[in-house]
Order: sequence, then C-alpha cells, then structure tokens
Amino acid sequence: MNALRRDAGWWALLLPAFLLMTVLYVAPIVQVLAISVTEPQPGFGNYERLLTNAGVQRVIGTTLRVCAMTTALALLLGYALSYVIALARPAVQRYWLLVVLVPLWISVLVRAFAWVTLLRQQGLVNQGLQAVGLVDEPLRLVWNEFGIVVGMVHYMVPYAVLPMLAGMREIDPRLLAAARGLGASRRAAFLRVFLPLSLPGLVAAGVLVFIFSLGFYITPAILGGGKTLMAAEWIKLQILDLVRWGMGTMLATVLVVAILATLVLFSRVVDLNRLFGGARA
Amino acid sequence: MTGGGHGAGPLARGVAWTTALYLLLPISIVVPVSLTDQRFLSLPYHAPSLRHYANLFTSEAWLGAVWQSFWLALASTVLAVAAGTLCAIGCWRLGRRSSEAVRALMLLPLIIPSIVYAVGLYRWFGKLDLLDRFLGVTLAHAVTGIPYVVITVSASLAAFDPRLEQAARGMGASLGQTLRWVILPRIAPGIASGAIFAFIHSWDELVMVLFITSRDVFTLPRKIWDGINENLDPTMAAVAVLLVVFTVLLLWADGELRRRRES
Repeated sequence: MNALRRDAGWWALLLPAFLLMTVLYVAPIVQVLAISVTEPQPGFGNYERLLTNAGVQRVIGTTLRVCAMTTALALLLGYALSYVIALARPAVQRYWLLVVLVPLWISVLVRAFAWVTLLRQQGLVNQGLQAVGLVDEPLRLVWNEFGIVVGMVHYMVPYAVLPMLAGMREIDPRLLAAARGLGASRRAAFLRVFLPLSLPGLVAAGVLVFIFSLGFYITPAILGGGKTLMAAEWIKLQILDLVRWGMGTMLATVLVVAILATLVLFSRVVDLNRLFGGARA
Repeated sequence: MTGGGHGAGPLARGVAWTTALYLLLPISIVVPVSLTDQRFLSLPYHAPSLRHYANLFTSEAWLGAVWQSFWLALASTVLAVAAGTLCAIGCWRLGRRSSEAVRALMLLPLIIPSIVYAVGLYRWFGKLDLLDRFLGVTLAHAVTGIPYVVITVSASLAAFDPRLEQAARGMGASLGQTLRWVILPRIAPGIASGAIFAFIHSWDELVMVLFITSRDVFTLPRKIWDGINENLDPTMAAVAVLLVVFTVLLLWADGELRRRRES
C-alpha cells in the first residue's frame, strides 16, 4: 500500500506530457484516420480509389521509386562513411562525426535552397559546365526526380550513418586484426567478418531512412518544383488546394499504416529507443 | 589506425571523402553567394559585397519573421522541457516494463510524418479556434519537441545512481524536494541538451506552420519558403548563412554541455 502510494507520485510526473500528447497529438491524428472513412460519405470509398484512380497510383509509384533509390544510395554512401569513422583513430573520429552532425542539424530549407542555387538552369553547376565547355545546353538537374533524389540522399545520409556507426562501434576491432593475422586479405576480412557483424545496423538504418523518406515533404516539394509529386505534397494539394479531405486523409492514413507496418515488421532488428537515442548521443 | 593496424581500404576512404564533400560543399556554397554584388543568385562578379546582409537587417519583413520564430521557439521549448523532463524522470523511476507504452507514445512524433499531423491539426485547431494564433503554433511545436527532451534526459538519467534518490527519500525528503535538490541538478546538462534540440526543432519547423498559420503568425521558415517559391534573391543566401552559423553555435554549445556531463 505504501509502495503503491509512493509510486503514485512518480506516475503523476508523466501526466503533463501524457495529457499534451493525447489531446494535442494523438487526437488530431486519430481524426485524420476517422475522416478518411467518413468524408465525403461513410465507407471505404476513398480507399477504393487506390485501385481505380490512376493519379493516386502514379503518386504512390513515384514515392516508392524515389524512396527506394534514396534509401539505397544513402545506405551505400553512409556505410562507407561509417566504416571509415569506426576504424579511425579517436582524435580523427571527432572531425568525421562533425561532418555527419552539422548537416543533420542544419535547416532543411537552407539545404534545399543551396541545391536550387547549384542545380537550376542558370545555377552554378550549369554555369561551370558551360564555362568549361563540357555542355552546350544547360542540363536539367532540378525540378525532376533527379533533383529530388540528390536533395533527399543529402538529407538522409546522416540518418543512415548514426545507427550503422552505433552498430559498428560494438564490433571488436581485434576480430579484424585477428582475421588479417591469420592470413585473410583486407577484402576477405571485411566480407567475412566485418560485414556480417554490421548487418543489423545496416538494416536498422535502411528502415529508418525509408520511413523518413516516405512522408518527406519539404525537399521533394522544393526540388520537384510541383512537376514530380510525392505522397506528402499530393496530400497537401488535396487538403489545401482542392479541399478534398477524404482523398487527402486516405493517403495520409495509408502512409501511417505503411510506416507502422514497416516498423513492426523490423521491430526485432530495430530498437527504436536506441535508434533515436543514438541519433543524438 | 586502431585495431592492430587495420584501417579502412582505399575504396572505402575514397567513397567516404566524396560523401563528406557531398554533405558539406552545397551548404558552404551559400557563403560566397551571399556576398555577391549582383541582384540575382550568383558568385560575386567584381568584388564581394555586404549589401544583401544590409538588406536583411533593414527589412522589417525578415526581422519580424525572425523575432516571431524566436519567441515561438522559446515558448514551445519551455513547455516541451517541462513536460518532457518530468515524463523522463517518471519513466526512469517506474522502470522500463511499466512505462514502456508511455515512452513509445512520446516518440510518436519522430515516426509519424509531420504532414499527417499537420493535416489533423488544421481541422483540430479549427474547432479549438487556435488557427493562425501564437498559442496554437506554440502548443504544436511543444508537443512535437517533447521526444527530443525525453531522449536526452533519459540518456543522462541512465548514468544517474538510483540509490541517491532512494537515500534522499529514506531520509524523509518529499518527492518535490528529491526532484529539486537531488535529481534535477544531476541531469541539468541533459535537460539543456534537450532544450537546444527542442529549440532547433521549433525554429526550423515549416510543415505544420504551412497548415495552421496564414497572416498573423509568420515565421522565418515560412518566409524562406515563400522566398524560394517566388523570388530567389540573394538576401535568402544571407539568411541561410546566418542560420548555418546559428545552428553550428547551438551544436557547439551542446558539445560543451556533453563534455561537462561526462567529466
């Protein structure tokens, strides 16, 4: 009884955050799910459009394609970066970490703006290429899928590095030394010792980058220039410009379900607490 | 190289260096562009010029947006830190098992895309009459800032010896006294870290703002967004440079806090 009463005080500490979260976060999101089956009329009419409406299907296709490319590239670049960081001397590691952490926290708008400055028709890259004489016509580097992928990979590499690096740091470096000492080449030591041990981190990073990419709004909206639509921008269009709440909330619900399903599927490999804790530690 | 002389091979090093340049160069390009002497986005033609910075600091629209964002970020950070810290302490003391669900709930805003939340908020705040109001944006940013605080505070609690708390309670300290004199001083650097990240979160947040504000609340990200979509003038590059400097300073402060926590 005494213990119970003492614990009550600790439970009370959870209350402010719990109330804020349920009333101001969970409730609006539950409402989104509710609207998707009640407007314009009750039923699953909005979801039937997934099967019949070519517009929605195209948006989902684009989203999945861009997310898959982004995830693959971010993992590839991030893996090499994490590998080099994990094997570097501690003094050097600090500088490498800055390379990852500074971009991570710089405003996504600033980064999208920088890419527009570089990649647009009169941008610095095209000017440079034309000045050197490599191309006659400016290349179309932005306001298409190419631009979106360049910007999104740039955003996602740090998120790919953090979970992979956390995993790689737990690998005992003496294992690699032992493999080399026993006569394995650098390649063999990597492929047969390091790579298998780093796989859980790789999968975690892949899941994280993929679910972040799925609902990403700002970078695709700016670098896609309204021509290449991904899920988040399409939802915004439905709600704010076309006022078709049913359709907008339907795709929003699909997005949430897809993300939660991915997480549940991989929950054995991905420890969320550690993942997000690791992202700032 | 560590690990008995095993370092990364030339291929991995090459890719890592290329990636580092890819991550950093585009961000640093805004520095020369902000110093251009032209009226459009370009490198300086003749000599570097500070006219776009002058333009920024005399523009009421830009300064107004900066101040609105600043006060919003401050207010929402205070709220997020208060709620998040208490919650992290409660979860820590109650143990993983019983508070697992609460912790998962607190991390939701990191997982669910902000576009989904923004859509819901648009309708919800319409009912509560919070659209285009300072209070509305503060609440939205505070709620979504809580996860950052919960994570950093939990991390510093993990290094805190629970026997200290038990000793304090055993000697008759109330819950409030234990919090104030035993727990909070120990985890202060973690709280400050959380505050920094909650602040950056609100300061940068655009998606919710696009849905729940129109004229009265006009934040800096909103102003940048309009600038990118309407007229790409070099004042934007000056804003970008100042934002980068500001973020780097906050990160540096966080690094210092971490070092203090570890020593």
